Amino acid sequence: MIENYRNSFLKEVEANVEEGEWVKMCMQCGVCSGSCPLGKFWDHPPQELFMMIRAGQRDQVLGSDSMWMCTSCYNCIVRCPRELPITHIMHGLAHYAKRQGLVPANQPTAKFAQKFWDNLMTKGRVNEFKLGLSLYFMNGFGEGIKVAMKNQKLGMNMLKAKRMNPKEIMGGHTVEDLSGFQQAIKKATELEDARIAQPGG
Amino acid sequence: MAKREYAFYPGCSSQKGASSSNLMTSVRTMCEELDIQLNEIPDWNCCAASIGYAGGGELPRLTLSARNIALSEKHHAGQDLVATCAACWLSTREAAERLEEDAGLMAEANQALAEADLALKNQTPIKHMVEVLIEDIGYEEMGAKVKKPLAGIKIASYVGCQTNRPFGIVGESFENPVYLDKMIDTLGGESIPGYEKKVQCCGGALAFSEPEKSQEMVKGIIEAAYDHGADMIATPCPVCQMNVEVYQPDINATYGTKFNMPVVYYSNLMAVAYGRNAKDAALDGQIIRAKKLDELAAK
Repeated sequence: MIENYRNSFLKEVEANVEEGEWVKMCMQCGVCSGSCPLGKFWDHPPQELFMMIRAGQRDQVLGSDSMWMCTSCYNCIVRCPRELPITHIMHGLAHYAKRQGLVPANQPTAKFAQKFWDNLMTKGRVNEFKLGLSLYFMNGFGEGIKVAMKNQKLGMNMLKAKRMNPKEIMGGHTVEDLSGFQQAIKKATELEDARIAQPGG
Repeated sequence: MAKREYAFYPGCSSQKGASSSNLMTSVRTMCEELDIQLNEIPDWNCCAASIGYAGGGELPRLTLSARNIALSEKHHAGQDLVATCAACWLSTREAAERLEEDAGLMAEANQALAEADLALKNQTPIKHMVEVLIEDIGYEEMGAKVKKPLAGIKIASYVGCQTNRPFGIVGESFENPVYLDKMIDTLGGESIPGYEKKVQCCGGALAFSEPEKSQEMVKGIIEAAYDHGADMIATPCPVCQMNVEVYQPDINATYGTKFNMPVVYYSNLMAVAYGRNAKDAALDGQIIRAKKLDELAAK
């Protein structure tokens, strides 16, 4: 009988979004929305996103920048009376929006999150120095210089405490079996792509 | 011969010259004193933390953690896997649980790992260092090693998010965990059980992408510590430590506050209480010096 209530977007989410099969379990109590530390900035808090998915509002959901404001604090997960893995669904929706090319332009966390992933894939470990630089310059060169100047003192403080190392620009920490590492993640990506590309999931 | 041995996953930020290298130094000192041997997992990789999801889908991210667990099982068979970083612990344990529950994902993760000649058995308990301290060592033994009690030092315990949720420490509440207070008391310090911001989010990775929103939350965390008369804030989490310590000048500039609140790790406290010097306790890793710890370490 449940099939009657499941529109095509809900089915799409269930098939393609990480932990998406949980969306239909939401009972609309709103505890997640009230528990979210950045909830006041979300156009659509989790409870609302779940209802919108069930109402078939595909573009409004995937084009929203709300789920990109998830700080991964897990308040919503531990408080949800129905134990929905809400944090993971937010990550899943964000990733799926990225896959569909529907992320709002210049969404800062979407840009940073992509840079983080690209950074860690390069050497298998995060290069904090390069990540910091790429963050400064993610809105263009002119803006980057301004941000770098503003954060100069912070950088000097970190340097002095030996918690930042400019030599990382030369390469930095790495996994030794870099090709094995990259092959494994490439394979995982291919397997997932093939699964999600299937029509109707 | 050390009494206890663990496979150890240090994580990116703990490496030399990285943002929580001071956590690493103080943890190593603490482990020396507690007779804990950490066997680093050879060739471990990044866990993707909680911000890798834009570029990395579910399976690629699970495979990152699967590779670490597989390496641990290959090189340190039979040893529990321990992480000091909240995000490392969370990602690894989350991956272990999801792969345990989903045979399809487990098969795919192993198919991916085969590319690197690795195989995951997924039979390794994944622990946070705090679990090792509380469950394997215990408060009594932690207290027995104290040479210099943290007498007269008032410390706000800031547990934060990811050490506390969604897994947390067995027997502790998500909303009001008390283990860090108990650890502070055990070390002879003065805890602040009524510190209301103990599990407030600091913004996590959004401190980088949404600094204003994050700093507004950090402001509350520091303000409450001052309200309770704290000398310093202590935390188990590298992201919490960094976010609450290093942006204080920015917060002061935005809000006209005069914050200068030290933010230390539990391991800094333990290294000092166990009688080690400032260098071993990594007190030189503070951007805002913890003067009372400096003084005690110099005694």
